[in-house]
Amino acid sequence: MQESVNRAISASNLSKSFQAGKRRIEALKKISFEVRRGIVTGLIGPDSAGKSTLMRLAAGLLVPDEGSIIVAGMDATRESLKVQGTIGYMPQRFGLYEDLTVLENLDLYADLQGVPPGERPSRYEALLNMASLSPFKDRLAGNLSGGMKQKLGLACALIRQPSLLLLDEPTVGVDPVSRRELWSIVYRLVRENNTSVLLSTAYLDEAERCDEVILLHEGRVLQTGCPESLREPLKGRIFAVKSSAMSKRNLQADLARKPGVIDALIHGDHVRVVMERKNPPDPEPDMTVMPLAPRFEDGFVAMLKDKRETVAADEIFGRSLPLQSGPVIELDQLERRFGNFYAVKNVSFSVSGGEVFGLLGANGAGKSTTFRMLCGLLQPSNGKLRVAGVDLRHAASKARAKIGYMSQKFSLYSNLSVLENLRFFGSAYGLSGKTGSDRLDWAMEEFSLSSVSDTVSGDLSLGYKQRLALACALMHEPEILFLDEPTSGVDPLARREFWHRINTLASNGVTVMVTTHFMEEAEYCDRLAIMAEGSILTLGTPSEIKAGAISEHLPEPSMEDAFVELIRSREKS
Amino acid sequence: MSMRLNGLIRKEFIQIIRDPSSIAIAFLMPLVLLMLFGYGVSLDSEHIPLGIVTESNSADASDFTASFHASRYFKTSHFSDTRGAVDAMMSGSISAVIVLRQDFSKQLRQPGGSPVQLLLNGVDENTARIISGYVDGSLQSWLEHASAARGLPLELPVKVEQRIWFNSELRSRNFLVPGLIAVIMTLIGALLTALVMAREWERGTMEALLVTPLSMSEVILGKLIPYFLLGMGGLALSVAMALWLFHVPLRGSLWVLFACSALFLITALGMGLLISSVAKNQFIAGQVAIIGTFLPAFILSGFIFDIDSMPGIVRLITHVIAARYYVAILQTVFLVGDEWSVILPNAGALVLLAAVFLGLTWKNTRKRLE
Amino acid sequence: MGKRIFALMIKEFLALLKDRKGRLVLIVPPMIQLVVFGYAATFDLKRVPYAVYSEDRGHASRDLLAAFKGSSSFALKAQLNDESRIAGLVESRQVLMVIRIGRNFSSDLLSGKPAAIQIIADGRNSNTAMLVVNYAGTIVKAFNSDWAAKHGSAIPVHIETRSWFNPNLESRWFFIPGIVGLLTLLVTVLVTALSVAREREQGTFDQLLVTPLSPIEILIGKALPGFLIGVGEATVVTLAAVLWFKVPLLGSILALYIGILLFLLSAVGMGLMISSIAVTQQQGLLGAFFFMVPAIILSGFATPIRNMPSIVQDITLVNPLRYFLVVLRGVFLQGTPFRLLLPELWPLALIGVISLATARWLFRNRMY
Repeated sequence: MQESVNRAISASNLSKSFQAGKRRIEALKKISFEVRRGIVTGLIGPDSAGKSTLMRLAAGLLVPDEGSIIVAGMDATRESLKVQGTIGYMPQRFGLYEDLTVLENLDLYADLQGVPPGERPSRYEALLNMASLSPFKDRLAGNLSGGMKQKLGLACALIRQPSLLLLDEPTVGVDPVSRRELWSIVYRLVRENNTSVLLSTAYLDEAERCDEVILLHEGRVLQTGCPESLREPLKGRIFAVKSSAMSKRNLQADLARKPGVIDALIHGDHVRVVMERKNPPDPEPDMTVMPLAPRFEDGFVAMLKDKRETVAADEIFGRSLPLQSGPVIELDQLERRFGNFYAVKNVSFSVSGGEVFGLLGANGAGKSTTFRMLCGLLQPSNGKLRVAGVDLRHAASKARAKIGYMSQKFSLYSNLSVLENLRFFGSAYGLSGKTGSDRLDWAMEEFSLSSVSDTVSGDLSLGYKQRLALACALMHEPEILFLDEPTSGVDPLARREFWHRINTLASNGVTVMVTTHFMEEAEYCDRLAIMAEGSILTLGTPSEIKAGAISEHLPEPSMEDAFVELIRSREKS
Repeated sequence: MSMRLNGLIRKEFIQIIRDPSSIAIAFLMPLVLLMLFGYGVSLDSEHIPLGIVTESNSADASDFTASFHASRYFKTSHFSDTRGAVDAMMSGSISAVIVLRQDFSKQLRQPGGSPVQLLLNGVDENTARIISGYVDGSLQSWLEHASAARGLPLELPVKVEQRIWFNSELRSRNFLVPGLIAVIMTLIGALLTALVMAREWERGTMEALLVTPLSMSEVILGKLIPYFLLGMGGLALSVAMALWLFHVPLRGSLWVLFACSALFLITALGMGLLISSVAKNQFIAGQVAIIGTFLPAFILSGFIFDIDSMPGIVRLITHVIAARYYVAILQTVFLVGDEWSVILPNAGALVLLAAVFLGLTWKNTRKRLE
Repeated sequence: MGKRIFALMIKEFLALLKDRKGRLVLIVPPMIQLVVFGYAATFDLKRVPYAVYSEDRGHASRDLLAAFKGSSSFALKAQLNDESRIAGLVESRQVLMVIRIGRNFSSDLLSGKPAAIQIIADGRNSNTAMLVVNYAGTIVKAFNSDWAAKHGSAIPVHIETRSWFNPNLESRWFFIPGIVGLLTLLVTVLVTALSVAREREQGTFDQLLVTPLSPIEILIGKALPGFLIGVGEATVVTLAAVLWFKVPLLGSILALYIGILLFLLSAVGMGLMISSIAVTQQQGLLGAFFFMVPAIILSGFATPIRNMPSIVQDITLVNPLRYFLVVLRGVFLQGTPFRLLLPELWPLALIGVISLATARWLFRNRMY
C-alpha cells in the first residue's frame, strides 16, 4: 500500500477492446505500468497504439475489460467521481466551447471544479499569463488559433491545481512556437507545484523532454524507463554521411541498400544512418562519415524497423518525366484579402522541376491560404500565379489535370472501399479503359493495397489511409504534387516510408510542394520558405536557414531552433 | 443550487444566445409555424366554386338557384350542359356541380318532387362532405322561403338544429393555434434538446465535462433547466400571438395553461434527453426527434385528425404520444375553461410519461464514454 | 465529360447507399411517414362517441335513433334521462355529440308539423365538429326520404348526391397520392441538400475541386443521383399506394412520370441551392426543414389552397408542390387527360428551370 502512495498511477493487467464496425479492436492487451509522482511521464506511441484509451481509463471514463488502474491511490473505475475531483484531464480534442469567450470557458470550468469565487481573479491571472492569453480574454474560443486553443484547454484543465495532470496529445497540430510554450507551462507546474504529469504524444522528439517514458505499440508496452535507456544501446551506431559525388537523394537510396544499415534518412545536408552494429557503413570514394549522438527516434526505429516491411520502387511511374526547364510554380506578388484582413501579402517565389519545396509557418501564418491558391481552391485577390505554365485564373481545369493534391485529413470517401476510391479518382482525372486499369494495378501494387482493396477506407489505420490518399493523388501521374501536412499523426516508420516515395518521385522529375509542422521533415526539403503573418520571413535551403540562426548559446541550431528564433525575432521587432 | 449546476446553466444560456440555430428553433420556428397556420391554413370553406347546370331556363329554376347565389359558402357559375361542367370539375376550377334537369319545373309539381343531382369532386373528400352539408343547408333555406311565399308546409319531416359548443362560428384558427402550441413545445423540448446534447458529444465537450466532478444528475439538470426556461419563453410568445394576433379566446385560466405546459415541456425534454442518450450525433438525433416526436405531435395527437377514427393499432400507439394529452388540455383550456374532468386525467398521463422518459434517461446515461 | 460525370454519379450513389445513416434517411422516415399518413391521417369519422337525450317515446324517434346506432361512424356512449348531464359529458370530452329529441317529436312528425331534433357538437376541433354535424345530417336526410316515401310528402325537391372520382369519400384516396409528392420532395431535397455539406465536413470537397472536374460537371454529378433517387422514391410510393392501400391509378403512367420529372427539377434545384449555401450538415438539415414545412403546408396537401387568404394564395403560386399535387391527384383518381394537366405542367417546368439556374449561379459563387 505504501508503494502505491508514491505512484501517481499504477496499472496492472489492463485490457480494453472496442467494437468498430465488424471488427473487434483490442486497444490494450494486458498492460501493466506505473507512473511516478512529481515528474513528467511521456506516453509515446504511434497512432492507434492505445494512448487515448489508456488516458480515458485513467480518467475513469472507460471501464476496463480486465485488470485495474489505480490513480492517486483510488480505483479509477469504482471511485471515478473522486478520482475526477483530483485530476486535471485534457482530451485530445479539448472540449472548449467555441461559442464561449476565453474568460467564460474559464468561468465554466472554475464552477465545475468548485473553485471559490474569491480565489478566481488571482488564479485566472496566473493561468492567463502563463498561457499568454491575457490580451484575448474576451475573444471567442472558436476564433483562437490552434496553439492558443490548446493553451486555453490546458488552462481549463489546470483551474484547480490538480495533483495529477493527464494530457492526451496536447501538441498535435500545434506549431513549434506554441509547442515550446506548452512544454514550458508543463515544466513549471512540475517544478513549482510538484504536479505529476502523464502526457501522450506521437512526436518522438518530445519524448526526450520527458523524465520517463512508456513506449506503447499496438496495445502493448514495449519499454519503460528514462529516454536515455532507449538511446543508450545506439551509442556509436549513428553516423552522418556526406558525399561530394552523389546527390543526397541518391546517396540515401544507396546507403539504405547497404548491409547492416537499419535506417538512412536525409537530414539537412547529410544522410543520417543507423547501423545494426557499432561500425560505420562501408566506405566509398567521395564519402565522408562522421559519428553522431543517438536520438530517441533512432532507438524507436531500431526497435520497430524489422517489424515492418519496407517497399517502394525506385521508379514510381515506370518512367522519368522530362526535366522541365525553368520554374514549374511561379508566384509573383501574390495577395489574398478576407475583408480588410490580408491573409497573404506580397508573396513571391518560384519552384523548379523536380524540386521538393517546403512551406513552413505557425498556425495562421498564411501558408494554408497560399497553398489553397496554388491548388486553385481559392482565387488570389492580387498578383500572378502560374502552375505548370498555366495561369490558374483562366485554364484551371487544364492545370488541375497536371497536379496531384493530398490534404492533411487524408480526405477520402470514408464509406467507399479502397478500390472504389481509387477508381473514382482515376475516372475523375479522365482515366479509363486500359490506362485506367493499368494505373489501378499499379496503385494496388506500389502501395501494397491489394490486401485491403475491399475494406471501407474509413476503417483503415492512419498509415494505410495516408498511403491510399497518396495513391489517389498519383493515379493520373501528375507533374506537380501538393502535400498539405501529409504526415500529421502518422508514426515515424510510416513517415519514413512516405518520404522515401516522395524522394523517388522527386528524382523522377516530379515537383513536390509540401507544408508541414514537423521540423524534422523540413530537413528533407531542397528549399524552404518560412511564413509569418502572411508574408515570407526567409527562403533558402535547410542549411542556409539553420546557419542564419547560429548564435553564441546555439552553436548548432536545429531546424526547430531556427524556426522559433526567426518567429521570436520577428515578434520583437 | 450548487456552483457546478449554476456554471452549467450559465454556459448553456450564453450558448443559446450566441448560436443562431438555437434561436431559430426556439423563436423563429414558432413564429413561422404560427403565421403559416394562423394565416395560411384554414378549414373554413367559403366561396366554394359551384357549377350549376340548368338544362332549361324557367322561373322555378332561377328561384331555386337563387338560394345558392345568396349563400356566402358558394361562388356559382352557370353551365349549359353537364359535359362542360364535369370538365371544369376535373381541371379543378369548380368543386361540385348541381344539375337541374329539363323537366325540373314539371316534376316540381308532381307528388314525388323533382330530383336535383349534386355531383361532388370526391378527391378532396373532406371538402366534398362540407359541400354536401352546405347544399343541404341551402335547400332547407329555399324550402322555408318557398313555404312562406306559397303558404304551403314545404318542410322536411325532420329538421336538424345544430349547436356547436365552444366554437360556434367554427373558426378553424381556434383549434389550430392552440394545437400548434403542442407542436412548438415538442420542437423546443425534444428536437432542440436532442440536438444540443448530441452536439456536446460530437464536439468532444462532453468528454471534458465528464472528467469534472459533475454528477450525472447535474449534467441532466444542467440541460433541463435552461431549455425548460427557453421553452416557457416560446410558450409565452405563442400564447401572446394566439390571444392578441389571432384572437383565440382563452376561457380557462392562464396559470392552468402554464402549469400544464410546464408539465408537458418536462415530458418533451425527457424525450429529447432520452433520444440523445441513444443517438450521439446530431444527424441521427435530428432524424429520430422528427420521426419520434415532431411527426406524432402533428398527426397522432388529435391536433387535426380525430383519434377515435384511427385504426385500432394506431389508437393504441397514440396512448404513448405525450402531445395527445397536451392537445386535449390546450383545446379545453382555451375554448372551454378550467374543465378539471379533462385536465386532471390528461395531466396525470403527462406526469406518468415524464417519469418514464426521465427514468429511462437516468438509467441510460452513465458517466462513461461507452 | 460524360465519363467523369458518370464516375461522380456512381461515387455519389455508393457514398449514400453504403453509409448506414444515408440508407436510414432514404428508407426509414419515408416508410414511417407512409404508414402514419396512410393509416392515421383521415377525415373519415368512425366510432365518434355520442349520447342521446330523448324525451320522446314514439316509434319515429326510436327509428331515427336506431339509424344512428347502426352507423359505424358513431358509437353510443350514454342514454341520458337528465338534461343537466349533457353539459358535463360534452365538457369532459366523454362524448363529441349529443342528440336531443323533444317531447313532441313523434306527434309533430305524424301530424305533418316540422319536427326538430337538436345536434350538439363539441367545437373544440371545429373541423371534426363540422364533420360530425354533416354525418348526422346525412343520416337524418336518409330518414327523411324514407319517411317521405312512406307517408307521401310534400317536398318538391330532393337531392341525389354522387361523388365522382372517390365514390365512398375515402380520406385515404385523398392523402395517399399527396404522400407520393410529399415523400418525393422530402427525400430528394434531403439527399441533395446534404451532399455537398457532407463533403465539406469530410474535407473531400477540396479533393474534388482539384480534379479537372468543372463546377458544372460537379453540379450535374450531384443533381443526377437526386433525380434518380427521386424517381425511385416516387415509384416505390406509387406502387405502395396502388398495391397496398388500393388507391386507383386511372390516368396514364406517362403523364404521371412527366409530372414527376418536372417536379424533380425544382426539388433538386432547391436541394442544390441549400447545398451550396450550407457549410455543415446541420445547417443543411435546418435549411431543408425551413423550406419544406411551408412548402408542404402551403401546397394543398391537407387543406385546400382556396381556403387561404388571397395573399397567401398568391404566394403558393411559386410552390412547385402545389402543381405537382394537382397532377398526382388528377392522374391517380380522376384519370385526367394530358391536355387538362398542361396548366399545371408548364409552371412546374418553369419553376424547375429557374431553381436549377439559381442553384448553378449560387454554386459557382460559393464554390471556393
